[in-house]
Amino acid sequence: MTRDQRARSIGVHLVLIAYSLLAVGPILLVVMNSFKVRSAIFGSPLAPPDASTFSLIGYEKVFRSSHILLYYSNSLIVTLVSMALVLLFGAMAAWALTEYRFRGSTALALFLSIGIMVPIRLGSVAILNMMRSAGLNDTLTALVLVYVAQGLPMSIFILSEFIQQIPKDLRDAARCDGVPETRIFFEVVAPLLRPAIATVAVFTIVPIWNDLWFPLILTSSDSTHTVTLGVQQFLGQYITDWNSVLAALSMAILPVVVIYVILSRQLIAGLTSGAVK
Amino acid sequence: MAEPISHVTAQMPRAKLAGLLLFFLGPAVVIYSLFSIYPLVATMALSTYTSDPSGARSFVGLANFATLLGDALWSKPFWNALGNNLIFFVVHMCVQNPVGIALAGLLSLPRVRLKGFYRTVMFLPTMLSVVIVGFSWNLILSPLWGVASGALKAVGLGSLFAPWLGLESSALVTLSLISVWQFVGIPMMLVYAALLNIPEELIDAARVDGLGQFRIFFHIKLPLVLPTISLVSVLTFVANFNAFDLIYSVKGALAGPNFATDILGTFFYRTFFGNQLQLGNPTMGAAVATVMFFIILLGLCLYLFLVQRRIRRYAF
Repeated sequence: MTRDQRARSIGVHLVLIAYSLLAVGPILLVVMNSFKVRSAIFGSPLAPPDASTFSLIGYEKVFRSSHILLYYSNSLIVTLVSMALVLLFGAMAAWALTEYRFRGSTALALFLSIGIMVPIRLGSVAILNMMRSAGLNDTLTALVLVYVAQGLPMSIFILSEFIQQIPKDLRDAARCDGVPETRIFFEVVAPLLRPAIATVAVFTIVPIWNDLWFPLILTSSDSTHTVTLGVQQFLGQYITDWNSVLAALSMAILPVVVIYVILSRQLIAGLTSGAVK
Repeated sequence: MAEPISHVTAQMPRAKLAGLLLFFLGPAVVIYSLFSIYPLVATMALSTYTSDPSGARSFVGLANFATLLGDALWSKPFWNALGNNLIFFVVHMCVQNPVGIALAGLLSLPRVRLKGFYRTVMFLPTMLSVVIVGFSWNLILSPLWGVASGALKAVGLGSLFAPWLGLESSALVTLSLISVWQFVGIPMMLVYAALLNIPEELIDAARVDGLGQFRIFFHIKLPLVLPTISLVSVLTFVANFNAFDLIYSVKGALAGPNFATDILGTFFYRTFFGNQLQLGNPTMGAAVATVMFFIILLGLCLYLFLVQRRIRRYAF
């Protein structure tokens, strides 16, 4: 490297480091201060907790005064069930749309892709009416149904692209052996879709886990709240109790960050492999 | 899907094909139609009704829209929300997308080490809930905590600090910038992916011709990723005109101070559910949702007819 190139490279890294700090700084600041006593949160907000300032009082209060574990399990149930159904039904529909020729298949594919661009939230008034009349109001089932409907278009779109890349010989060979179509899908095609799952997960899990709108309008009792809604309401009530607020925020941030750091390589590979082009 | 996909399926008996389609497509089409398309249509239908205090509904045609756009009590907050939403969108287009593109450009330079690390870190905020992001920034910018003013003081700009989120003049732009901070990862990733797809030979040819990295980016790479940039713009548009969570979590349903941060999403929520100032009105809520639907549709159509058609796609 010439001197010029080295200087430029240092410049590039400086910009990237500066932006990285801007991206994680606020998150670190909140998490770090959640482990401190109140006086240290205000006195030296930028200092990491040490032996004299370390405290878990905020977390204690959050556990005592809110159903945070219940919210977590609700979020987990809703997210996992929705994701499983989005993947299963999405893959089945993507298979049928790419594999079988039938009249109206293009129209159906278009119909299913409306949901990619048009937010389902705009149908909220009718969704609430429907759930009320079906007796599903204030249940996790209502949330799952809405999220499955919301996630399907994108998952069908991405999975169709993947299914098209699977060599045709594979399924035709199975067909010549007389293997039924359902078994071809579940035993030959579905296992090959594994790499696509991380990509579909980015587009389904994250918006579901983070959603505030549908829990806000569809659930009313504490026992059906999700983490996002639970934390939102908790923060609203305890706005002046900084220990609790920072602890509640950290508790909502940490699981996502941990999952993200574990999965980030796949998530980013999925994003950059051209899932959305 | 023009080619016969498989000679086996082409010869399949009709009844068998119908059965398979029902099995494979049935669940997805039923759930999607029932909980996505039907509610949209039903909401639009509901917007042509009005309900009296007893809950009885009567058909009023387009009267709700006339009220929304004509009655001062309704039109003032509506236009305010629409205008604010436009500002929200403009800030995203002018800050989020250029910053995202610039970061993608830097990441795609040859011989930059630690790319994976930077990408992971910069995409992190995008993974978090808007509620959490909003609240965290609310605390950071709060004059009570003093982190933001302290940081500014440290670089000698302490006098610039103001309670930005609390001032009518700056609250909306501040919230927009918080949202930009969170979602800059999306344009960054999509543009980065597109930049990686540019064949090496094109860049090498330009380098041989003596172009520097800067000019290669602006004259070769950027034009080639324009389709992705226009896709990012339309995604930004849809997301912005459907936004709600951030304003609600930082400012509440009333979108203070004095409705300075009210956007269509919060206006819709208030109309539909009501709040301290008004009763919830489902039919007017449906009308607001319908207007939002048409605004998004208008944006999508403009994109399809004006932008998409003019963009040349390069096949490598």
